Amino acid sequence: MNIEEKVTSLIVDQLGVEKDKVKPESSFVDDLGADSMDIVELVMAFEDNFSIQIPDQEEGNIRTVQDAIDFIKENQKANS
Amino acid sequence: MRKVVITGLGAVTPLGTGVKKTWEAILNSTSGVDLIQAIPTDSLDIKIAGEVNDFITDEWVPKKEQKKTSRFIHLALASTKQAIESAGLDFEKEEHLKERTGVLIGAGLGSLRIIEQNATRLNQQKRLSPFFIPAVIANSASGQVSIHWGLRGPNFSTVSACASGAHAIGESSRWIREGICDVVISGGSESVISPLAFQGFHAMRALSTRNENPQKASRPWDKERDGFILSEGAATLILEEEERAKKRNAPIYAKLIGYGASSDAYHIAAPEPEGKGATLAMKTALQSAGISKEEVDYINAHGTSTPAGDIAESKAIKSVFKEHSSKLKVSSTKSMTGHTLGAAGAIESLFSILSLCDQVAPPTINLDNPDNEYNFNFVPHHAQEGKINIALNNSFGFGGTNACLLFKKYP
Repeated sequence: MNIEEKVTSLIVDQLGVEKDKVKPESSFVDDLGADSMDIVELVMAFEDNFSIQIPDQEEGNIRTVQDAIDFIKENQKANS
Repeated sequence: MRKVVITGLGAVTPLGTGVKKTWEAILNSTSGVDLIQAIPTDSLDIKIAGEVNDFITDEWVPKKEQKKTSRFIHLALASTKQAIESAGLDFEKEEHLKERTGVLIGAGLGSLRIIEQNATRLNQQKRLSPFFIPAVIANSASGQVSIHWGLRGPNFSTVSACASGAHAIGESSRWIREGICDVVISGGSESVISPLAFQGFHAMRALSTRNENPQKASRPWDKERDGFILSEGAATLILEEEERAKKRNAPIYAKLIGYGASSDAYHIAAPEPEGKGATLAMKTALQSAGISKEEVDYINAHGTSTPAGDIAESKAIKSVFKEHSSKLKVSSTKSMTGHTLGAAGAIESLFSILSLCDQVAPPTINLDNPDNEYNFNFVPHHAQEGKINIALNNSFGFGGTNACLLFKKYP
């Protein structure tokens, strides 16, 4: 499973949405029905699954699926 | 004077999911106690519990909600759904009723298991879930029920250890009597199957250590009893104002006629040895119902299977009912369910109500050698048919708290 697929599957799991609703441009709040607590939980899932740290101040910058994918790729690179 | 009737019933117990399944098991003298399945027990001193093994969470709680909640909330949602359906209530068709419906579901502890999981994360310097607090706080079962059905009347939880469920039903009956609500969703829920709970209660020497023989471990009033069995479960009752219930031709299972509460003012865990607190609660319940002690036919006792508790309760029953006590049927259904803590008062209220509906007293199983100088009919081993017009439910909790409820056959 590549990063895009893994991110999608975590979103489907955490937010209880259909897989085909999860597109790169989808906003977690506006399109996928997440609230601020859902986003924290989602960030936790990203951290646990990709072995990265997402600082609290970065949370606000992760608004769409693509934002999450970009952040994860960036930080995995930084770690390796 | 507004009166309170019970129009809906729901249950999830170690004897099964659903009222019918649970009650059939009770009348067949079935034990719901077994080796613990949900967690590894290698490092635990206690290896037996009353777990709800047939509960399929997906059937009752949407997937997305499951992560934000915890098992005692799931069990409460399930028993409440059953109760609302059995009452024939459809809140979507009666918008105004939502404002006149309260929710009061007791819980003794909340989710110890999730506290434990998050404490572990904290020690590993990991982030905590934002749903940690809302999933563990004791009033979350009430909160989730009110959200789920859109009920906008009063909404909180009673927290009084093993009397939480009985206090919830007693207090919510006042909401109806005083005109605050026309309907109340009331009951209790508990699920603390976790190492923290087993070792914590074991540290108090409260639990039975009969690990080698789970079905025989809960034995109220038996000479060989050695503590209670930790169990999980939930029960929900629909309390409704009598005239309203009659007008809509609701099924009426019983009348709630009395409620008494008191304190031992003695010790944080041990019962007052003469049962003075329990005596006061039973007397207060009889007074509030305006009935004489001779009118009571059946007592669903607290009877947890602890050496001290069972004796104190027997003394209290004797001191309240005097010579009438030899005519009473007194049983402990905890001999079959184990002790569901904050749910116990609600589950046992349900059994008291069903004893009135079916005119049968549920048994006390495992009562081979009664430690009994009180000559009650403890309904040993097998259920007994016979007239039951009024049933009393006793519930007592750590902290020295007591709650008693009186139910009457309807009509």
